[in-house]
Amino acid sequence: MRKHKYNPIILMVSRVVSPFIMIFGLYVIFHGHYSPGGGFQGGTLLAAALLLIRLAAGFDIAQIQFKRILGTPLGSIGVLIYFGTGFLAMISGGEFLNYGFLPFAGFTEAGLRALGILMVEIGVGLAVMAILVAIYDDLLEGYPHD
Amino acid sequence: MTDFIFGHYVYWSIIALLIIGLYGMIFKNNLAKKLIGMTIFQVSIIMFYVASAVKWSATVPVLDPVTGVVDAAKYISPLQHCLMLTAIVVGVATSGVAFSLAIVIYRHYKTLDESVLMERMKSS
Amino acid sequence: MKIVNWLLLISFGALLIYASLGLPNRGDGDAVMHREKSPAGSWGASSYYIRNAYRDAETLNMVTVILADYRGYDTLGEETVILTAGLICYLVLRKRRTNRDDKKPLKAGADAQT
Repeated sequence: MRKHKYNPIILMVSRVVSPFIMIFGLYVIFHGHYSPGGGFQGGTLLAAALLLIRLAAGFDIAQIQFKRILGTPLGSIGVLIYFGTGFLAMISGGEFLNYGFLPFAGFTEAGLRALGILMVEIGVGLAVMAILVAIYDDLLEGYPHD
Repeated sequence: MTDFIFGHYVYWSIIALLIIGLYGMIFKNNLAKKLIGMTIFQVSIIMFYVASAVKWSATVPVLDPVTGVVDAAKYISPLQHCLMLTAIVVGVATSGVAFSLAIVIYRHYKTLDESVLMERMKSS
Repeated sequence: MKIVNWLLLISFGALLIYASLGLPNRGDGDAVMHREKSPAGSWGASSYYIRNAYRDAETLNMVTVILADYRGYDTLGEETVILTAGLICYLVLRKRRTNRDDKKPLKAGADAQT
């Protein structure tokens, strides 16, 4: 097996480009109320930024940025944020996932729904990012990387 | 006749894509090629949904905050976009599962070719 | 057997093209699925979403409102599917660290990769 050697030019370009993709992913998540976007698209963009470093620098160097062991717990946390938002609405008097009953003061009912949608989108984006990176890492399992 | 063709050529090309995916799934012996065919099939279904949501003389389903909803017919239907949005990401995740199963099959039987695989499964 | 497969493929394609002849023109605003009312006279789902999305959730993007609010259960299910897919990849492909009897196929796999 030939040792994997990273190309310094490609690594340099990916290091420059990756934060911009990450910023764009965050913009797509948090601006999803007012323009096309949302949790799924933004999470995929964040995963693309992480995978770019993984492809360019090799598996071991990319561990500094995002550890392999973080994948499944972050995905679970994302699903729990979603579920917790619905559950919070349920224990404060409404139905499950009825964001109009979220216990935050100073909002109208429609504003509470917008807030609930934002919380849900953050959970979705976190879960999608973590799981896509985790699937890539698991597919590399057993492959003799340097 | 020209109207008919210009209104339907997208459906026909989507059907061609679907047939290509089905061809890959039926005729190829390699499991990885079968999975590629399955992904093409999936993409054709997604494209059909998105193509069915197109409406000329209408705009994207993002509300103009100044005017509000004056005429609901001026916005294209947001339902298909919403359904396909989740279907794309779930498709990526499920194809990851499919490839991981293919990797496990390769590790155990040391082949991905279907006919060889059947023989080795019988003999072992 | 191969001929049967070809016949199946070609007949399926012909069936789909025959079905596509009955579809309305793409982008036709007068098609049944783009009307506000169904032929039976009830209001369609899409026009309800378009009319009430901003009033219900103060969010301009209707796709987001449908995704997270009107169809919240659906999205919760989809996200669970994604999480389950990640867990399946982890459980299927991880290295086994315990010394059990089924170590043999893993060793053979390691040989095959070099």
